[in-house]
Amino acid sequence: MAVNWFPLWLSLRVAALATLISLALGLWIAYLLANRRFRGKELLDAVVTLPLVLPPTVLGYYLLVVLGRMSPVGRVYEWAFGGPLVFTWQAAVLASTLHAIPLLVKSARAAFETVDRSFEKAARNLGASDWRVFWRVTLPLSRRAVVAATVLAFARALGDFGATLMIAGDIPGKTQTAAIAIYDAVEGGDTLVARVLVLALSVVAIAIVYAANRLQQRQVAG
Amino acid sequence: MIQARIAKRFPPQPDSAEFSLEIEFQAGAGVTALFGPSGAGKTLTLDSIAGFARPDSGRIMLDDEILFDAASHVSLRPQERHCGYVFQNYALFPHMTIRQNLVFAADRHPRLERHRRVNEMLERFHLTDVPGRRPHEVSGGQKQRCSIARALIGSPRLLLLDEPARGLDAPLRAELYALLRKIRAEFAIPILLVTHDLEECFELAEEMLILRGGRIVQSGAPREILEQPASVEVARLVGISNLFEAEITALDPGRNTSRVKFQSHEIMGTYFPGHLRGDRVWLCVRAEDLRAVGQNGSRPEPNQVSAKLLRISERPQSVRLEFAGDISVDMPRQEFERQKDNKDWMIEFPPNALRVL
Repeated sequence: MAVNWFPLWLSLRVAALATLISLALGLWIAYLLANRRFRGKELLDAVVTLPLVLPPTVLGYYLLVVLGRMSPVGRVYEWAFGGPLVFTWQAAVLASTLHAIPLLVKSARAAFETVDRSFEKAARNLGASDWRVFWRVTLPLSRRAVVAATVLAFARALGDFGATLMIAGDIPGKTQTAAIAIYDAVEGGDTLVARVLVLALSVVAIAIVYAANRLQQRQVAG
Repeated sequence: MIQARIAKRFPPQPDSAEFSLEIEFQAGAGVTALFGPSGAGKTLTLDSIAGFARPDSGRIMLDDEILFDAASHVSLRPQERHCGYVFQNYALFPHMTIRQNLVFAADRHPRLERHRRVNEMLERFHLTDVPGRRPHEVSGGQKQRCSIARALIGSPRLLLLDEPARGLDAPLRAELYALLRKIRAEFAIPILLVTHDLEECFELAEEMLILRGGRIVQSGAPREILEQPASVEVARLVGISNLFEAEITALDPGRNTSRVKFQSHEIMGTYFPGHLRGDRVWLCVRAEDLRAVGQNGSRPEPNQVSAKLLRISERPQSVRLEFAGDISVDMPRQEFERQKDNKDWMIEFPPNALRVL
């Protein structure tokens, strides 16, 4: 029987999109946490960290409650895009994003906070707007840590199972990601498919972790 | 012209005592040194002017622009204050080349003008050999010049320098002083120099503000302050080592003389206006104004006291002799060579070298 590669492609696509979204959102949240003083700052940090500590099924349940067809958000989405959000690959992207974002926020905040404040002071003194300070000084100086965190976030997004299953379901050819396909294959006794997918995911994961380590070592050295 | 009145309170913290800054000063073109021990509020003063610290009350004016005014809730952002700031560690952006550091700072200007200015600054500050290198690839002197060039490239109306000579060896220090003198001459802007090095004040500053515990305890030309410190505190800060508790025993305005008793000695000085006979005062004499001579059996002349030599310490140009009773005398190297075999010493207090506080 031929191996169906769709789940792997879907996984890669979902993880890539989720990584992009977590990158944009995560950097912004990390910037706020590192630079601004506002009420509820540590609460925001705690909420963002939650997906790291909660069981993925709990996360998926929350998503279902918030985004389900009966919820306000779900209805608005359905009205805007003409179909429900749950049990689509877009929902899988959302689940993976949520799964990946804490890693990014945590690492980026730590990286931003270790950038010597005098560089940011100097930049502002030289007339640079906060936006320019961030893009030209803070982010380049924490580049390696952010890239490493992004790579790990991608790996985490790739590996999400529980939350994706809860909100995107297990629809072959539509929302069935690699992690879910492996579970299905094992359940159905299809060991060949399971082995191929496991091997493929492992190779990707090893490559990613290796790359992340390399990046971080260069940061320590440089 | 910079005019500043700044008050800021920091409530006591578990790891630090309460601190409050309360200062008022103005400075025109030329170098004004903010001198004082660590924790006196010098850097906080610079940060308040540059807009990195917000005073609780007061007003800061640069030329005729209000940078900060607590009463009318005006506080310009650091970006809008046009103060050049040379940070303690230079804060050159490590991921940019020397040229890019300057380009970043010249961003306000249109492209052609920016290019012209950057080249001009590279030349003026002798950086034309290294524009493509990163800060960690250039020498300490080049880093220092680049940071000053970067602070000046936007034509600031004020230059703030936070301990620029800290951690520099002697040749680099001399180079920095020469550079700052040149800048003082070429840019007619006020330069505020934070330092805790008295020699630096004498090298560079026309005016000097002595800060301690968040207050200005004396201001004036460095020489004037050394000649007439306003208090024992200032005398200690500017390194006057001979400070004795004393009593004025006689005052004669007609002959312009006085007599002062300290420890068990009574010596003559000039008339001290504003004091009364019997006043308990601090007698203050600079170590280099005292003379030490061998006793050689002769009796002490007036204003000479005999004292036991306890310790000798070498300095580059002179020798410091420390006597019993906490009296220190600085003696030129050559003279010490002639006198070093003296067994018993007498110390001469020139009447016009005595100050009372």
